[in-house]
Amino acid sequence: MLISTFISKPDTVSAIMLRVLLALLPGIALYVWYYGPAILVSITLASITALATEAAMLRLRNRPLKPFLGDNSALVTAWLLALSIPPLAPWWLVVVGTAFAISVAKHLYGGLGNNPFNPSMIGYAVLIISFPSHMTHWLSPHGLGQTELGFADQLAFIFGGHLPSGIKLDAVTLATPLDTLKTQLQLDRPLKEILGMPIYGALAGKGSEVVALGYILGGVYLLFKRIITWHVPAAFLGTLFVTAGIFHLVDQAHYVAPLFHLTAGAAMLGAFFILTDPISGPTTPMGKLIFAAGAGFLTYVIRVFGGFPDGVAFATLLMNICVPLIDAHTQPPVFGKKDRGAK
Amino acid sequence: MRTLYQFHGGVHPPTNKTQSTRTPIAPAPLPGKLVIPFHQHVGNMARPLVKAGDRVLKGQLIGMPEDGVSSAVHASTSGTISSIGMEVVAHASGLPDLCAILIPDGKEEWVTHTGMDYRAAASADVRLALRLAGVVGLGGAVFPSDQKLRSGKHKIKSLVLNGAECEPYITCDDMLMRERATEIIRGAEIMRFMLDAEEVLIGIEDNKPEAIAAMRQAAAASDDKMEVIVVPTIYPSGGAKQLMRILTGIEVATGVRSTEKGLQCFNVATALGIYRALRFGEPMLSRIVTVTGNVRNAQNFEVLIGTPVNELVALADPLPDTNLYIMGGPMMGVPLPSAQVSVVKATNCIIAASDKLFPPPPPALPCIRCTRCADVCPADLQPQELFWFAQSKNFGKAQEYSLFDCIECGACNYVCPSHIPLVQYYRFAKSEIRALEHEQTAADLARERYEFRQSRIERDKQERAEKLAQKEMAARQPAATPEAAPDNSAQSHIQAAAERAREQAATARPKNIDALTPQQQAEIAEIEARRAKAREMAHPDAGRPKE
Repeated sequence: MLISTFISKPDTVSAIMLRVLLALLPGIALYVWYYGPAILVSITLASITALATEAAMLRLRNRPLKPFLGDNSALVTAWLLALSIPPLAPWWLVVVGTAFAISVAKHLYGGLGNNPFNPSMIGYAVLIISFPSHMTHWLSPHGLGQTELGFADQLAFIFGGHLPSGIKLDAVTLATPLDTLKTQLQLDRPLKEILGMPIYGALAGKGSEVVALGYILGGVYLLFKRIITWHVPAAFLGTLFVTAGIFHLVDQAHYVAPLFHLTAGAAMLGAFFILTDPISGPTTPMGKLIFAAGAGFLTYVIRVFGGFPDGVAFATLLMNICVPLIDAHTQPPVFGKKDRGAK
Repeated sequence: MRTLYQFHGGVHPPTNKTQSTRTPIAPAPLPGKLVIPFHQHVGNMARPLVKAGDRVLKGQLIGMPEDGVSSAVHASTSGTISSIGMEVVAHASGLPDLCAILIPDGKEEWVTHTGMDYRAAASADVRLALRLAGVVGLGGAVFPSDQKLRSGKHKIKSLVLNGAECEPYITCDDMLMRERATEIIRGAEIMRFMLDAEEVLIGIEDNKPEAIAAMRQAAAASDDKMEVIVVPTIYPSGGAKQLMRILTGIEVATGVRSTEKGLQCFNVATALGIYRALRFGEPMLSRIVTVTGNVRNAQNFEVLIGTPVNELVALADPLPDTNLYIMGGPMMGVPLPSAQVSVVKATNCIIAASDKLFPPPPPALPCIRCTRCADVCPADLQPQELFWFAQSKNFGKAQEYSLFDCIECGACNYVCPSHIPLVQYYRFAKSEIRALEHEQTAADLARERYEFRQSRIERDKQERAEKLAQKEMAARQPAATPEAAPDNSAQSHIQAAAERAREQAATARPKNIDALTPQQQAEIAEIEARRAKAREMAHPDAGRPKE
């Protein structure tokens, strides 16, 4: 008889994942406010693709559909990936990325609980390497573009690739604030002048900085619900801040202030939703600190010195590789052996 | 106010204790028959002293403790032994064990018994008296108490009396403390005297105000330094190590005896047992059992050891949808193999269970490494890692990650959102490791024997050759002194061989066994005994292929 305790807390994987989805809602709402409803289309597309791929893979692997389709983990992967892809991306981009994330990054490694890498970030990495041009056309925030697309026009472009006559893609999209900063700095424009460009707001990108605040709100909810601990967000954001701060102090003309890095790109999404993925992250408190600090440092390095517009995805994946090593070396001492140190 | 310490983790399951504390402890009536196992304690099985047809008196010794860690077994009432044989007993294994079946005559006729003055007697005599009275720990571990009452080479500072009773549903210690506090304190005085402890700390969870008040009153009347300490309600505060930590801040690591840290811990009911055994010469014939769960009248009963569970639970009026009986609480309890098994010294609680009371958990999902288990583990383990290693049968790694420090409290199970029966995996891994070690020991022994035999053959050969040579010499030189040194050389050969064997025996000790506490060693011995028995029982079908 496989019983050890007869009572259990009424908590389930499905409920935990659902709370993560809930925590994303403030960020998504602000996203819609600033960029229009196109992101909802990508999220829906990604969700449908994720569930369909999950079902197909479970079938192929002879696993029961019901418990796994209902665990909501595929939806978390789908939403995080959709939020990392430009909302105006063609439909197949979302589908390819999500299908790859679920089938290869998750199920080929053994499905729920067994993937060594964050599936959404694998999906993102595949897309940015394979379709770089599609991944850089981000919608310009409300009130910034030369013109704005209605929802019908957005749908027509996502599914048909057609823009209304007379409107070019460049007229409705922009590079990300991080990307713009990098290219403009390479053109030797002074930092002050760059930050004066209309796409920049009070902290980082206009619009996106507010969406980042939405993610913080969701992150606080997750902390409060004890789904994540403080270790990862604190170490990640702290390291990113300190690293950016050091460069900024040394050379203020070329290195942007640290708060910019915290609110630009996927930093907040990464701090509270991506790096906190329990499956691909370390389990010990000390391990979480090391893992997140490494990711914070790498994010900065990739953003500032690397070739990609943002560094969170690759930093996450690189640190995912280190997780078994980190866990093995950060085992806390057990009961009664604390005074003698670990092991 | 005394500073209390915390242990890591812990959980707050619904306590469900009020159901069974509404009425006082009631004596359970004499059952139709008593099934008394000879092995109710940790250590060696007691040797049966009676045979079928014998008439026995209440309190008569029917099982003699055998070597080392062991304890006595008694007739719980007067009557006739109808048979001695293998019966299913209240144990997680579900395997049968040797039991005496006693048909009561209803006279409750006592064997002559007298108390002793524990202050005047030698400590060894007092301990022998406890051993022969079958006094074992009633908190669940059933470790023979005499073994724990040596003052030994370590100075005992605090004697900890465990009245925490943290498991949900169980209230036997609560009720005992409410009703028999003075006797418990008398028992504590005896233990304090025998251990020469400086103080007695009595830990009780704050959800038992009546018990706390009663114990405080009784403790105040004692001449000894005693303190009733109210501890927060958190499971598993009643684990001996956890309670010692809460009360003193000291953590007793696995493989370390608490006495080395100046502590010794007993359950409150054990204190009462010790008192009755020494004051009145009464062996452990009964204990308090909580009968609760899916019953109409949850209550505590004073139950004779050997009372069949079905007769006991009938007193509490179980509801018709009851489909399982659990011995112990819902966190660490074991499902009973049948309602026919009898109450033993370890039976603190019987929970009538139904699918409504304890709904079967949903199918287990894979571990998502959320570490809720690590957050609640009172042994500071990483249960998710242990699960991973146990599941993949990577037992070496599991041991490296301190598998044997797991106290199987079930807190990890309780919080797991994937509903993985974690403790079950740990038990499996532990028993596999013990079996492997047992095999290793057996193999080492066989190798030693073989090597010894080889050296003996070699020695015989040499001796023969020497004798032959001497004969030849003697034949050639008849004048030489007779009987020189051949005997000596043979003797030295034997000695050398024996020494080699001893040396090998000393170096070829199995690993990981030296750090075990006597409890654990006894547990291993017990498991091996059961295994041997199981093998014996399987013997008639030896033709069948092994599992």
